[in-house]
Amino acid sequence: MTTGTRDTADVGRVGSSGALIAETSERGQEMRRRADTLPDELARETGAVLRLPEGIVLDANSIDIERPSDETMIINMGPQHPSTHGVLRLMLELDGEFVLRTKSVIGYLHTGMEKTAEELTYVQGATNVTRMDYLSPITNELAFSMAVESLLGVTVPERAIWIRMLMSELNRMSSHLVWMATNGMDVGSTSMMIYGLREREMILAFFEKTAGLRMNLNYVRPGGVAADLPDGWEDDVEIICDTIEARTYEYDELLTGQQIFHQRMEGVGSLTAEEALALGLTGPLLRSTGVPWDLRRAMPYLHYDDVEFDVIVGTYGDNFDRYAIRLNEIRESIRIVRQVVDKMPAGDYRTQDAKVTPPPRGRIDASMEALIHHFKLFTEGFRVPAGEVYTAIESPRGEIGMYLVSDNSSKPFRLHVRGPSFVNLQAVPLLMRGGLMSDTVTVISTIDPVMGEVDR
Amino acid sequence: MTLAQAPSYPVVTGLGGETVGFVAREDYVEAVRALRDAGYEMCVDVCAVDYLGHPGRDLPDGVAPERFEVVANLLSLSKKERTRLRVQVPESDCVVDSLFSCYPGTEAMEREAFDLFGIGFIGHPDLTRILMPDDWEGHPLRKDYGVGRVPVQFKDAPGPR
Repeated sequence: MTTGTRDTADVGRVGSSGALIAETSERGQEMRRRADTLPDELARETGAVLRLPEGIVLDANSIDIERPSDETMIINMGPQHPSTHGVLRLMLELDGEFVLRTKSVIGYLHTGMEKTAEELTYVQGATNVTRMDYLSPITNELAFSMAVESLLGVTVPERAIWIRMLMSELNRMSSHLVWMATNGMDVGSTSMMIYGLREREMILAFFEKTAGLRMNLNYVRPGGVAADLPDGWEDDVEIICDTIEARTYEYDELLTGQQIFHQRMEGVGSLTAEEALALGLTGPLLRSTGVPWDLRRAMPYLHYDDVEFDVIVGTYGDNFDRYAIRLNEIRESIRIVRQVVDKMPAGDYRTQDAKVTPPPRGRIDASMEALIHHFKLFTEGFRVPAGEVYTAIESPRGEIGMYLVSDNSSKPFRLHVRGPSFVNLQAVPLLMRGGLMSDTVTVISTIDPVMGEVDR
Repeated sequence: MTLAQAPSYPVVTGLGGETVGFVAREDYVEAVRALRDAGYEMCVDVCAVDYLGHPGRDLPDGVAPERFEVVANLLSLSKKERTRLRVQVPESDCVVDSLFSCYPGTEAMEREAFDLFGIGFIGHPDLTRILMPDDWEGHPLRKDYGVGRVPVQFKDAPGPR
């Protein structure tokens, strides 16, 4: 089937072959043979560009750039590969077992969520963004809601802020637990995979009890949260904290001191602080290099300045540091959650501003005004004053930012999502440079990309 | 230039307390480099906005609105500050210099802006599409690019349109 012009009318046209989907090409985005690659691009794919602006040239001895191309092999890893955590496609140039160049080809999960966001009202917007980083939906919703609230000038009730913190930290735990699980699977520890998902299940069950859904919660919304915490939530949270805290020490026994695990992780895919900063990496990747940068501490949002926790940093920036950081961040999140349980105030769980919050069901039958508000909110939505704002919070993967432009209508004029996975993925060529083919699996794993967020 | 000196471009304070600078297209990379040397270690984000149909936005005096805007978000870890630079890019000459020489991490972000808005970045090492297929025509996040639809068959749907 030919790939003809594709303006609006052509999207989805049924072609002569009867197929709904036209064949597409990734050609220009793929890795090409050395002879066809520009020097800048080549340097980028060998992970060396980083050093160029600072005037440090490529070390020709550290990796053989001048190798004739008939001695090397370019292979595809993914997009359908169990260790790429989704539809990440890596093109590797190999010299035997050694990786010379890497290029990631992404976009296989691109569904145009930023375009979709322009078609949805602010009320519906959280439903859209929650599907981006599907392992930490709460942080997506939170960043979006905070952006909308700062344009609206709405103050969120105290209880809603603490509920948001509780859910964010539980979500951080569940996200890191999935990471522990998938990372265990990648290095061959299938027990860890089962344990990680088992523990996460407890948190998802609590999410279901609170928000009605296990994933893609749409729980944090502009103005507050969707529902109050269920009765007896303190006990549920206490059980989650106690169980998972005890189990993190079991992970220690299973992995942290284990010889094989050490050999797979230690010294593999190391990174320096300068490189991490130049590449814009955030989250555990940046902290593994020893930079104590955590937005919860550095630029506190919600009430993170009222709770005690430690920012975990590494030393060598290698895979093992990133593992240790994530494991310890689970413990720090447990610490935060316990403080949140103690400090949870009573009160409203969403703002009482009738222009933002829909009226309670009972009021709709009794009050004409409530009926009008309800109708307006769910048809047109609320209008947000014109302006632009960038809100960033610490997601389990790093800084998730929402750049929101409003034109005083009820739909965002532009919503740009700064996905941490998208930016962190740029570290792949650098981390794989000169490494073994088998280490690519652990490197992808410790970068922890969520393709839903990379491709959006 | 250091941050102690006042920048030569209009500056306002954003909603989050960050600095928002409106820098001319010619001075864009210079301004970013000056900020980098003044302690902005990281460029967290580069994105584009298409202001077609919303020309009357709030801009300081002396900044002529153009159709496109390229927005760069810089972060200083040492000062715990953010600065956002907004660059007006006209539709007729839809290019802007790449930040790649200052921050290599802008590579993917600029490719995304190129892919979805068709804004060229001069000096970018590999300016290809990143999210859309390579042979895609048009730039989907432009305001004049339709949302499109996929025909959904309920029952007795008519044949191909």
